Amino acid sequence: MLGLTAMTIIRLRSLFAVVMLFSIYSLLTASLFMVLDAVDVAFTEAAVGAGISTMLMLGTLMITGYREKRPAHSPILPLIVVVLTGAVLVWGTLDMPHFGSPDQPVHQHVAPRYIDDSPKEVGIPNMVTSVLASYRGYDTMGETIVVFAALIGVLSLIGIKKYTNKEPGRTEKPPESILQVAAKLLIPFILLFALYVQFHGDFGPGGGFQAGVIFAAGIILYALTFSLKDAMHLAPPKVVKVIAAFGVLLYGGTGIVSMLKGGTFLNYSVLAHDPIHGQHYGILLVELGVGLTVASVMMLIFYAFVSRGEAD
Amino acid sequence: MMEMHLPVLQVIVPLLSAAICFLLGRGKLPWMFATLVSWVTFAISILIAIQVSDGSTLQYELGGWEPPWGISYNVDQLNALVLVIVSGIAAVVFPYALRSVEREIAPEQHGLFYTAMLLCFAGLLGITITGDAFNVFVLLEISSLSTYTLISLGKDRRALTSSFQYLIMGTIGATFILIGIGLIYALTGTLNMADLAERIPQIESSRTLQAAFAFIVVGFGLKLAMFPLHLWLPNAYAFAPSVVSAFLAATATKVAVYALLRFLFDVYDVNFTYEAMQVQYLLIPLATVAILFASIVAIFQNDVKRMLAYSSVAQIGYMLLGIGLVNATGITATLLHLFNHALMKGALFLALGAVCYRIGRTSIQQMAGLGQQMPWTMAAFVVGGLSIIGVPLTAGFVSKWYLILGTLENGWWPLTAAILIASLLAVIYIWRVVEVAYFRERPEGAPDVKEAPLSLLLPTWVLAAANIYFGVQTDFTVSFAKGAAASLLGGAP
Repeated sequence: MLGLTAMTIIRLRSLFAVVMLFSIYSLLTASLFMVLDAVDVAFTEAAVGAGISTMLMLGTLMITGYREKRPAHSPILPLIVVVLTGAVLVWGTLDMPHFGSPDQPVHQHVAPRYIDDSPKEVGIPNMVTSVLASYRGYDTMGETIVVFAALIGVLSLIGIKKYTNKEPGRTEKPPESILQVAAKLLIPFILLFALYVQFHGDFGPGGGFQAGVIFAAGIILYALTFSLKDAMHLAPPKVVKVIAAFGVLLYGGTGIVSMLKGGTFLNYSVLAHDPIHGQHYGILLVELGVGLTVASVMMLIFYAFVSRGEAD
Repeated sequence: MMEMHLPVLQVIVPLLSAAICFLLGRGKLPWMFATLVSWVTFAISILIAIQVSDGSTLQYELGGWEPPWGISYNVDQLNALVLVIVSGIAAVVFPYALRSVEREIAPEQHGLFYTAMLLCFAGLLGITITGDAFNVFVLLEISSLSTYTLISLGKDRRALTSSFQYLIMGTIGATFILIGIGLIYALTGTLNMADLAERIPQIESSRTLQAAFAFIVVGFGLKLAMFPLHLWLPNAYAFAPSVVSAFLAATATKVAVYALLRFLFDVYDVNFTYEAMQVQYLLIPLATVAILFASIVAIFQNDVKRMLAYSSVAQIGYMLLGIGLVNATGITATLLHLFNHALMKGALFLALGAVCYRIGRTSIQQMAGLGQQMPWTMAAFVVGGLSIIGVPLTAGFVSKWYLILGTLENGWWPLTAAILIASLLAVIYIWRVVEVAYFRERPEGAPDVKEAPLSLLLPTWVLAAANIYFGVQTDFTVSFAKGAAASLLGGAP
């Protein structure tokens, strides 16, 4: 099914359908991850791939239009390159360690310690969160900054158009449509769910990335069913920008505090008297940093795309 | 206590400063802040270089987890040298940026511009310093994303398409690197470079390992503009803002060359790279073609910025040729050229940025007669040009000298001839600019041009002077390059 979807995406010329199929593709991938027992990854794929990136691509379509232009050059050379790369990949992976076999090197070397010792060393049940936020916490900080860098790119290229209208707030829309009522019912639960995912990441699947995306999705739903102006009134771009930077600084700041307390950068064990408590505080803080940055970056990127689309 | 934290401060100072810079808004404040940060970072890199100058290595465990479970930073002479050159160039380019950026970029974007510069800077430092294969990829993404942003800020609208072109090529490169790292991880179960180096020899016959090698070489090949994967580079450098061209030309490709070296010799080892994969038979022909072909193309360019960009492709060819020579002298030459080329291209692009500041464009006809009107700027250009050609007493001579020694050591005299021919080609393309600038009159009706302001001249001349200094005083560069080459060829650090 994945292959079929991908083929259709390549053949289709209607960009709107392509975006929808992308979303389906992501959902299929997410189910695949689910089957592989990678719950956290599946969750992220569903939230980011199927959810927010579809929204952003639709926002882009508002600016660019729905039809794809005929490509100007012949597809022969790219085709050869792609086939060659695929062939190398298949050839190269034929003698890979068998899938699912317990003697795979992956299960022999570094991972056993994560599995055996992380409950003792880090003290939280979700090992994925332990690896993400603590053992390899520096990579996660890097990823957060990648998201931040994407924001810088969008802001400098498109920017957010300011509304100069005097009357802020609600647009004059007579009786609330069904969509608006439904959205009003849904949004509180979406936001609540985001908070749950945020703070429950230590115990179940979830964490800052997913929570941030879901939170942003709640606000974006508001913008879609009401109007962008309403959403901007609720969450002004200026404030959201500050929060985006603050999330990064919260993550980095946690690292710096642990340096001042005599550990190395991002060593949470020194944050409290008991190393396990320290790890708890540290993970809570950095996940909050991730959540804040991701949520605000997603909202700002959406604002940028849509305000540009409305202006044209 | 601070000494212990130097390796991590090297990266997080600019990285977190980027978030602060974003909050500073408009005006001169972001520039002042970013400049200060670049100087602090340069100071840190010098302190690190002093610590490792005796051949020792520093290790820093992030998060307090020892590798391979956590991520570690490892500094030896090799990356200390690259750290010094990247942060040194930044420390020169940031003060220069104020006037040049005022002229080329809209005021409301200055804050974003300096934020992106700091992110790019921090990303490049992070790739250089880390001892973890996946961490390389994360920092590579930070530097790449901000690079695309920076290029797209060029005032010519074609900057957008060239940035997009680079985005596609760069993303393919990064994906290839990620596939390579993923395959290695599947085979070994570890991401730490030193740990990988221990485990890879045991599985050397694995085809997956060879496929991973191919993906990593092609991935970094795209990033460092290895011929024929260089097509993104001339447009990117030609249309980016002057400051960005100077910064990227002097640092970005160098860091990619470094990362390639690290993977070829430290993650994989010398035997695998040269004997099992025979990488020299790939690099030597490609590098030789790059040197000759790109130099010839450079001669026919109308835009001086684009000419320098093609010259960069040729210079990268020299660095790859050094790797292909399979001897310590060759690797030393690669490292020396990595350092020296940053100095010369930095000086040339900054001088050109000063020209652009005064006359608004960089096509060669517009530069007629500038030798009299902007004597200091053009003199700096000439110094950088002499260094590109490889005239004795400039930095360029030192690295070419080692490269020629390396070819002669193997008795591969056709390569020696190719290097000499390419140097003559460099004479031609630099001379074209000199001839126009010094021996032609200003065209009729062209407005009078004054010398560039001091805040542009001073940084340009710092780099031009560095070209002469490191051409005469070679202790620092040669000893670091030799030490690093020895440790690369001697196996894991």
